[in-house]
Amino acid sequence: MHGSPELPLSFTLNGDAVSVEADPAARLLDLLRYDLGMTGTKEGCGEGECGACTVWIDGLPADSCLVPAFQVDGREVRTIESVDPARLGPLLSSGATQCGACTPGVVMTGLWILENPGLLRSHAIRELMAGNLCRCTGYDGIIEGIEAALGTRS
Amino acid sequence: MKVERPRALAAALGLLGDAAAPLVPLAGGTDLLVHWPVRPDARTRGYLDLQRLDELRGIRWSEDALELGALATYWDVITDSRVGAEFPILVEAARQVGAIQIQSRGTWAGNVANGSPAADGVPVLMAFGAVIVLESRQGRREVPLDAYYSGYREGARREAELIVAIRIPRRAHALQRFVKVGPRRAQAIAKVGLAVARSEEGWRVVAASVAPTVRRCRAVERRLEERGLPGSPEELDDALRADVAPIDDLRSTADYRARVLARVLFDATRKGGA
Amino acid sequence: MERIEGLAKLTGRERYVDDLQVDGALWGMTVRSRAPRGRIREIRFDPAVDWSEIVVVDHRDIPGANEVLLIEPDQPVLAAERVRHVHEPVLLLAHPSREVVRRAAHAIEIEVDPEPPYLDVSVPPRPDQLQRGEDNVFKRLRIEKGDVDTALARAARVVEGEYRTGAQEHVYIETQGMLAWEENGVVFIKGSLQCPYYVHKAAIRALGREPDGVRIVQAATGGGFGGKEEYPSMIALHAALLTLAADRPVKIVYDRGEDMEATTKRHPAIVRHRTGVDADGRLVAQDIDVVMDGGAYVTLSPVVLSRGIIHASGPYRCENVRIHGRVMLTNSPPHGAFRGFGAPQTHFANERHMDVVAAAAGLDPIELRRRNLLLDGDETATGQRIVDGVDRIALLDQAVDLSGWREKEAAHAELARTDPWLRRGMGLACFHHGAGFTGSGEVMLASRLDVAGLPDGRVEVRSANIEMGQGTLTIFTAIAAARLGLAPSEVAIAEADTGRVPNSGPTVASRTAMIVGRLVEEACDDLRLRLGLPADARGEEIRQAVREHARATGEETVGRAEYEPPRGVLWDDATYRGDAYAAYGWGAYVAEVEVDLRTWATRVVDFVAVQDVGTVLHRTLAAGQVQGGVAQGIGWALMEECRWKDGAMQNAQLTNYIVPTSFDLPPIRVHFGETPWPGGPMGAKGLGELPIDGPAPAVVNAVARAIGVAPTEIPLTPERLMDLDRRAEGRHARIA
Repeated sequence: MHGSPELPLSFTLNGDAVSVEADPAARLLDLLRYDLGMTGTKEGCGEGECGACTVWIDGLPADSCLVPAFQVDGREVRTIESVDPARLGPLLSSGATQCGACTPGVVMTGLWILENPGLLRSHAIRELMAGNLCRCTGYDGIIEGIEAALGTRS
Repeated sequence: MKVERPRALAAALGLLGDAAAPLVPLAGGTDLLVHWPVRPDARTRGYLDLQRLDELRGIRWSEDALELGALATYWDVITDSRVGAEFPILVEAARQVGAIQIQSRGTWAGNVANGSPAADGVPVLMAFGAVIVLESRQGRREVPLDAYYSGYREGARREAELIVAIRIPRRAHALQRFVKVGPRRAQAIAKVGLAVARSEEGWRVVAASVAPTVRRCRAVERRLEERGLPGSPEELDDALRADVAPIDDLRSTADYRARVLARVLFDATRKGGA
Repeated sequence: MERIEGLAKLTGRERYVDDLQVDGALWGMTVRSRAPRGRIREIRFDPAVDWSEIVVVDHRDIPGANEVLLIEPDQPVLAAERVRHVHEPVLLLAHPSREVVRRAAHAIEIEVDPEPPYLDVSVPPRPDQLQRGEDNVFKRLRIEKGDVDTALARAARVVEGEYRTGAQEHVYIETQGMLAWEENGVVFIKGSLQCPYYVHKAAIRALGREPDGVRIVQAATGGGFGGKEEYPSMIALHAALLTLAADRPVKIVYDRGEDMEATTKRHPAIVRHRTGVDADGRLVAQDIDVVMDGGAYVTLSPVVLSRGIIHASGPYRCENVRIHGRVMLTNSPPHGAFRGFGAPQTHFANERHMDVVAAAAGLDPIELRRRNLLLDGDETATGQRIVDGVDRIALLDQAVDLSGWREKEAAHAELARTDPWLRRGMGLACFHHGAGFTGSGEVMLASRLDVAGLPDGRVEVRSANIEMGQGTLTIFTAIAAARLGLAPSEVAIAEADTGRVPNSGPTVASRTAMIVGRLVEEACDDLRLRLGLPADARGEEIRQAVREHARATGEETVGRAEYEPPRGVLWDDATYRGDAYAAYGWGAYVAEVEVDLRTWATRVVDFVAVQDVGTVLHRTLAAGQVQGGVAQGIGWALMEECRWKDGAMQNAQLTNYIVPTSFDLPPIRVHFGETPWPGGPMGAKGLGELPIDGPAPAVVNAVARAIGVAPTEIPLTPERLMDLDRRAEGRHARIA
């Protein structure tokens, strides 16, 4: 359709080795959603503002709408599909999700904070979450859920 | 759409040199991929993916310089305590680029190459007297960042060249300040940017979003050297008029930019100065 | 009880329309006008594209009427001869590849002979800009009470002001989208929407079908805020037309740019106040004029205006009130429903004006409001007697106390003495919001809802009201479980599918919990009756009866409810007198702001939101509604600005249309008064919209007090504040 040969790439996705051929113009977001059928990662803006498409690449949050699929070759990608629901109780109770469209991205950034609590020596949770726009909660439910999961909130 | 994914710098420089049509070097992608699916030119260009060039990663220290590899990200700088101790405004500026999702991918070299007048990383680099290291098959050359831009999004890089590193001289700074004025506190494009550094070399003042390029404010620097600290923001107006030319656009007004730049500059020079 | 679908959302398993992968589906795309007004002369297709492989639909392919039917039939599904706004749909395309269909859309030129657009409601239209009647007015409404002119003439003081509010974009994180397909002669349309039966009504009209020839199903909806009230009908019709033309399923999902450019925004408004007070600062006359920009088609503008003017005089007692409102046709994309629905605009003006009145009367803003707030037994502007037991003065006092207003004012004065640049201030707003449709709207809707007993002993609530994040599934489950004494797990909520659920009305107007929630209770009672059980039967008795009934008859038992207005609620649409709403929520919000005089940037550093919305049905959900509404209100007050040029939005990107991030907001402190309202389920009143009425005036009043300016327009961007500050006298920063 576009006349460009597919690019072969191999990477680790949620712990599993994956080898695919990708349209060179596909973003990581497109590869996940439309080629691999993993629709948990959402598209909110396509311009790296809203963070709904947040995944981890080599352990760091990234907007998958701003990553060409071919760049994850050899890398480790983690998506919302890898998250153990048992870890989400505090976020559920605090009202961290309403409409749910920003939520997978919020969870991926939140989880990164939970797994790297040392970040909080230099950063506030509100600064670390600033790349995930939420239009429903006013962020309180999200921040409280992360604090509860960290055990820093009674 | 052509994508080259070399594994060594030499191969990358070869591809750049041989390309019939220019290849666009692609590092973190945080500028180039914005609206990618709906950008008419996205599929017609050829790209040179830098992500496999491990020799361009990381931060290196020498006795007289800090060198950022072409793939060094904002997050690399934020998490490096030595950078934080010696160049704190480098970390401050990095923290104000987008948010973690951008900081983790976006590179300093990409910020330089993209050439936005609103760049967040360029002003601090320029205030520290950074030098851009360009390499092609023909060899290396170095361009001081304050001489790098010739116009709106026009930089010194030739099509066969790649930015391979940014070298920041290590000087003792009596003062270093970074100010970003955006429409919100995070995830914002600067309406006014400012970096100020004072070392034995004198004042360095750099402003963003007030000219077609990030701009070193030499008239302001002279004003500060010759007449000392200003007594009011208005005392900086004449020098600023010589240095910058803000405009009205979607994000702010010329009037606002000019007044705010004078105020934040006035305040920045006084804090910890004199 | 946790949010019913919460875990599915937290794990990304919830399926929104773009997550539905359908074999053989085509991608649909809309080709739009680039001109704000004119006659279509020619449509040119670039010959470089192979058009034979692309499905192309225009207005001639519409089997029924070319109307997006809502209040009036003026808006076409696809423009035929004329266009009336930029981004008006003209053609539809579909192809299996999204990339191909995108490129094809760029390869079409719509040539328009331009006609002069009317774009600014602050000046009257010229004759060549007229497109509706002799003045481009869609709708005029008026409220009259007492004798305003005499009262103004006798007032100790008359205070005037003009206030402006800008368009606001919803920025639901899931953009709009629809999937359509045909199955056994029935057109199915599934997608992101708030009002299945609005789409249904529009679809049978434009597709020329019987009611059972079209079925509308809601997919998980990633935020609405009113933005998915009327526009989804347009996209649904487009997807349906393409699926009929292509004989394949078709999906249309807007990207963010298209969503922002083409879909509705909050109506911009200009509100003028002339207010008379007596020597004690008591309101004796309110003369209010409201003008709204409706955009190019009627859509919901008359009812937005209606709600706007009814709330325009605020929660205050005043014997003489005159409110004139009009909403005008302009050549911008139609403005539409957005949380608050006209009331945030008029509340902003009124509450900002109250601070101006207070200053003129030599009273502090708290005291002026204490003297004028409605007491039980007082009447509103429409003559509605308020007797709901809510102590509105106590709400105000509580908000002021919780905010630490008095102590903070002292600290702020000290800051102004010692800091060259930073200033802080406190600001206040008192407001109300009517729940449910205005006036006789609920009677005309005549909502119906079923609760069915399932063969396994569970019950199923069947309603057309949808979940879009606000908590419908959880609230309905809680109400039914409580009413029948069942566990929440024994209550199912049916998918909002017009083929399966009765029309319980749209999910709008803070009506779902209060009005439809009450229908859930009534349908539960009816189910109990039909099962032959006594009125106090609960739990096991219900379970057993449901199962036995199903076994015995082979059919499910269905309890039914239909809306009836609470006794004594009367409204006259001709005179705009009477009970405008069955119940009101009441709020008192306090904002503390910090203004940096280097940049004129305002940051909200503390926010206290006190409200009485009757019984709180679910504490976490309710707090979340308030916090989210406050965040949207703060954004509207300070940073959210649509930049227009020739009737088109210039900043249709999230990079340039700025909404608050987590780093821009303080924790929103939420407190509820809980005076039960007997007409609502378990005593609850509507909540969803109230929280967006108060933040803008509270924040702007705080800025005004922090640096001594009198802002009249939002968003109060740093650029606007700088201009105000420079015009104010003696207001320069002290240089240390």
